[in-house]
Amino acid sequence: MNVKGKIWKFGDHINTDDIIAARYLNTTDGKELAAHCMETIRPGFADAFVAGDIVVAGENFGCGSSREHAPVALRELGVSVVVAKSFARIFLRNSINIGLPLVELEEVDALREKDLVEIDLTTGILRNLTLNKEYTFTRYPDFLRELIEYGGLMKWTQERYIR
Amino acid sequence: MTITEKILASHANKKEVVPGEFLYADLDLVLANDVTGPLAIEEFEKAGATKVFDPEKIVLVPDHFTPCKDIRSAELVQSLRTFSKKHGTRFYEMGRVGIEHALLPEEGLTLPGALIIGADSHTCTYGAVAAFSTGVGSTDVAAAMISGKVWLKVPSTIRFNYRGTLQRWTGGKDLILYTIGKIGVDGALYRSMEFAGETILTLPMDDRFTMCNMAIEAGAKNGIIAPDEITSAFFSGELNIRNEIPAGLFSDPGSKYDQIIDIDVSKIGPQVAAPHLPSNTKDVREFSSVKIDQVVIGSCTNGRLSDLRKAAMVMKGKKVHPELRTIVIPATQKIYRQSLEMGLLDIFIDAGCVVSTPTCGPCLGGHMGILGKGETALATTNRNFIGRMGSPESFVYLSNPEVAAASAVKGSIAHPEEVGK
Repeated sequence: MNVKGKIWKFGDHINTDDIIAARYLNTTDGKELAAHCMETIRPGFADAFVAGDIVVAGENFGCGSSREHAPVALRELGVSVVVAKSFARIFLRNSINIGLPLVELEEVDALREKDLVEIDLTTGILRNLTLNKEYTFTRYPDFLRELIEYGGLMKWTQERYIR
Repeated sequence: MTITEKILASHANKKEVVPGEFLYADLDLVLANDVTGPLAIEEFEKAGATKVFDPEKIVLVPDHFTPCKDIRSAELVQSLRTFSKKHGTRFYEMGRVGIEHALLPEEGLTLPGALIIGADSHTCTYGAVAAFSTGVGSTDVAAAMISGKVWLKVPSTIRFNYRGTLQRWTGGKDLILYTIGKIGVDGALYRSMEFAGETILTLPMDDRFTMCNMAIEAGAKNGIIAPDEITSAFFSGELNIRNEIPAGLFSDPGSKYDQIIDIDVSKIGPQVAAPHLPSNTKDVREFSSVKIDQVVIGSCTNGRLSDLRKAAMVMKGKKVHPELRTIVIPATQKIYRQSLEMGLLDIFIDAGCVVSTPTCGPCLGGHMGILGKGETALATTNRNFIGRMGSPESFVYLSNPEVAAASAVKGSIAHPEEVGK
């Protein structure tokens, strides 16, 4: 799977309150959540974001609460992939479970706001087209790849328990 | 194996597990609340599921925005109520509900050696009764309600050995704030935090809940304390239920740890975490000039009976500072009633506090005490992220209940000794 988009860059420890504030948790509507994504730390982000673009951040992205509303808001906004140095664990499993691709990349500091990048999730290669540089990242372990190939945890569970 | 590895192995029908291994493990309890439950129910129904794996093992707790703060939150609770009626799952109606992580142990639902997931990050609280419990998302809960299972990666473990005698005015909250300050908000990312050492052996159960509760604030998968006499006494005494602690529920000598960290607690005074990360911790005396507008005493971290008793003892016969408001939130109905019977609520009301029905409320900026622009709060809660308690331009400091009570009286962040005995 290939994605190509412009970078929106964030710092370390972006928490789930940053991604979607608790005052919007009285809805489960993805589009509505998307409209308030990152509002606290970057007002206007949701309006300016172009579907298919890429969010890049530092350490521990998605720390804090277990709210799946956070990866849902990013996915519904059209974020094609989140690249970070590391991810908080509940955010990571939520993203895998709902089919939001994540890339763990050490060289995040070399990526800049607005750079155009192309990511090949199958081979684990990220190309910075603006700077003409290439990086490799570790792909998910087999078990998680299986979940993702099924289209997320619900489809995987459905296959085993409902059909 | 460590205690965490033993619990995971036993629930995956394996003799042994090693860190990094993926498991598909059997669950003893599945939890969701009014924020995460409705999303799980939507997914459950979208998958075409018609039956839950075991209604007795599913608990739906509307605690975040209850008593419902607006029409939409009422509809979220309706979704839990309808689902629970249809499938026979456990559900706690307002008037009987409490904050999930105080309520479930009190109801005797969280047992030593159990494997528990909850769609709430603070589900790690139950490590205090030696369960492996971890926060997950709504889709995890939806799938678990169907299968009774969860996928997990076996975490490696950091062992924390606490030595020495706790100073007066310090407890579990100070130990965990100090620890998070030492290792950082991702210091235990993906890993298990095992709390041990001589200090833990005498640490009361409520303080153990506080410590395990905040393991997630260091990024951990779970926090856990091996069962001992205090654990047994909690079940046989406080809960009055018979519970056999499974044999061998401890970390074997020679268990492999990622890291072992020794902490001398005798040098630790009351800790305060400054905005906007729980790891920004320092001794309370470093914050003596910080003026505050609101104090919150409650939450799944510090809304238990002994927390309220400690706060009341500091506040007894005194008044909340005229330029500040204080909100006290007992975590469950039982704690509410016990505080009432012990006269704690009289102390709070005489002092000029708001005393609220159990709710998560202001801790996550939901309702019942939201901060306006430029305002500062000191809270016994667990997170001080930007905008956590309201306005993105407000500030939250975290502390133990005695420091919160003393600060309420003084009007600025204070050591309990500053407001008299």
